[in-house]
Amino acid sequence: MWIYEKKLQYPVRVEKCDLTLAKYLITQYGGPDGELSAALRYLNQRYSMPNRKAMALLTDIGTEEFAHLEIIATLVHKLIKGATPEQMQAAGLASHFADHEHALFYVDAEGHPWTAEYIQAKGDPIADLHEDIAAEEKARATYEALIALSDDSGVKDALRFLREREIVHSQRFSEALVLVREDKEQQKFF
Amino acid sequence: MNERDTLLRRLIFDLQKVSFALVELQLYLDTNEADPQVIHDFNQLSELQNNLKRRYETEFGPLLQYGYSPAEYPQGWVENPWPWEL
Repeated sequence: MWIYEKKLQYPVRVEKCDLTLAKYLITQYGGPDGELSAALRYLNQRYSMPNRKAMALLTDIGTEEFAHLEIIATLVHKLIKGATPEQMQAAGLASHFADHEHALFYVDAEGHPWTAEYIQAKGDPIADLHEDIAAEEKARATYEALIALSDDSGVKDALRFLREREIVHSQRFSEALVLVREDKEQQKFF
Repeated sequence: MNERDTLLRRLIFDLQKVSFALVELQLYLDTNEADPQVIHDFNQLSELQNNLKRRYETEFGPLLQYGYSPAEYPQGWVENPWPWEL
């Protein structure tokens, strides 16, 4: 069960309409290392995770990723709000406008739709936690690229928060990996 | 921005600060041994979060759906701004 809370995890401030920035940011919505991939990857890995602490962590980080998805959605929505079709075209968003007008969609920066091929569940806890740590580091790198591409101080502020969260998640998954390895070591002696 | 908007933003911001500390502590407690001091901090923040939630709800209506916030008339859930409208 999930309950919606009518607030963002972090306040979002956008200075002005910026379609080029929106086109890049959308990759953290529906791109390979984006927040949708993260949420679905972690919540789906819970069922085969043998360690109870890692199971709790996948639940809690997976849930936080939906809060991040909403932050990205709010940023993109505010960046494209009120743009004319001509402005969308000039920013390379004519195809997006044709299919989605001002709606958000789960695509990467080049417009490719989200696919489950972005995520994995091996059922092996060590393989899955390695995948999760790698995913957090790829998301961190993407946020660093997006911060470099952004000149909107409000957007930069939200992206810096999201980048920090990737680092914390990576650290927590690394702790879970140690616990899962300890489980495996103990099994050898039984 | 009128006075009510300012109050709404301030109450949400106060909640965001406390809620964030709780998210961070929750993740810490998932993979680390429960330190009594951390549990104490968690519960203190949880109480503060409940108080801030009630304060917000008195002014602006439900923060949570499905009965986790009391309903009221007129319906703040429907009428008050969604996060992307702020």
